[in-house]
Amino acid sequence: MSPSTTKSALWRGVYASLPFIIVIVPFAMLFGVAATEAGLPIAQVMGFTALVIAGASQFTALQFMIENAPVLVILASALAVNLRMAMYSAAITPYLGDQPLWRRALLSYVLVDQTYNLAILEFEENPDQTTAQRTAFFVGCSLPLVPLWIGFTWVGAALGGQIPPEYGLDFALPIAFIAMVAPALRTVAHIAAAVTSVVLALALGFIPLNLGLLVAAIIAMMVGAEVERRMA
Amino acid sequence: MTYSDTTIWWIIAILGVGTFLIRFSFIGLIGSRPMPPWVLRHLRYTSVAILPGLVAPLVAFPAATGGTPDPARLLAAAVTVGIGYWTKGVVRAMLGGAITLFAVQYMLG
Repeated sequence: MSPSTTKSALWRGVYASLPFIIVIVPFAMLFGVAATEAGLPIAQVMGFTALVIAGASQFTALQFMIENAPVLVILASALAVNLRMAMYSAAITPYLGDQPLWRRALLSYVLVDQTYNLAILEFEENPDQTTAQRTAFFVGCSLPLVPLWIGFTWVGAALGGQIPPEYGLDFALPIAFIAMVAPALRTVAHIAAAVTSVVLALALGFIPLNLGLLVAAIIAMMVGAEVERRMA
Repeated sequence: MTYSDTTIWWIIAILGVGTFLIRFSFIGLIGSRPMPPWVLRHLRYTSVAILPGLVAPLVAFPAATGGTPDPARLLAAAVTVGIGYWTKGVVRAMLGGAITLFAVQYMLG
């Protein structure tokens, strides 16, 4: 493994993540603004954003805190929103698992929607890479995103105020997620899994704590795997 | 919000540790041990099984419009899927979706 190819993998990761800056920045600012307006001091806003680094669950926790919900309800709902990351953890293990425990622990800290989905697209397109190259790409993806997430939460908390809803910034996140997943729809099995996921997530939206999404995802994975097995 | 400072720090700490443990779960425990083929076959569909379901309610019932379906957001989502699917370009898909959103919002006033 020459250092130059690892270095180029790191830079490819950085480049791949750059478009997501326009999503991360407003989303992070929104959390900073919302948490400050809910009454959290800046130290706690920053503690939240740096320790949890998971926007959707941070907003979930904040919403329940504003409603003065019981602490157990806050914890259960916010963690349930993050359970999808256990599936990311499993799916990335064949690519990144072959290294010391402390490194796997550090990589886990930055295993977020964007880093996972960008990395898995790259790993599947270039199956011959070494673990060192894959790790470099994955770290490269996180290098712009994680500091910007933390930094712009601070900016939002410090500036306060409101971002007008008519800017449509709420839709930056859905567009980014769709843009990440659409190129991954390579086979009939992938499309079948995606369609199952959409239909079941909408149908199971009534299940509390966002657990409907988990049920939808697990069934969608089974559909994808089954279609692949039958077509092989 | 009526929690004490200490309670809020506990919430933050438990969410931080809990989220880390969720992320660490499989890569931490399994590491380099091989997984059976049927497990790998399921895991190949993780992305396409989670993200569409995560996004679907946000597209169909956006909070910004009070949960009523919005033509600009539906069309933007469709354009993003189309460009991403046919060109395989993540950036192109994002730009196409954003431009569609702003263009339709502008035309509908």
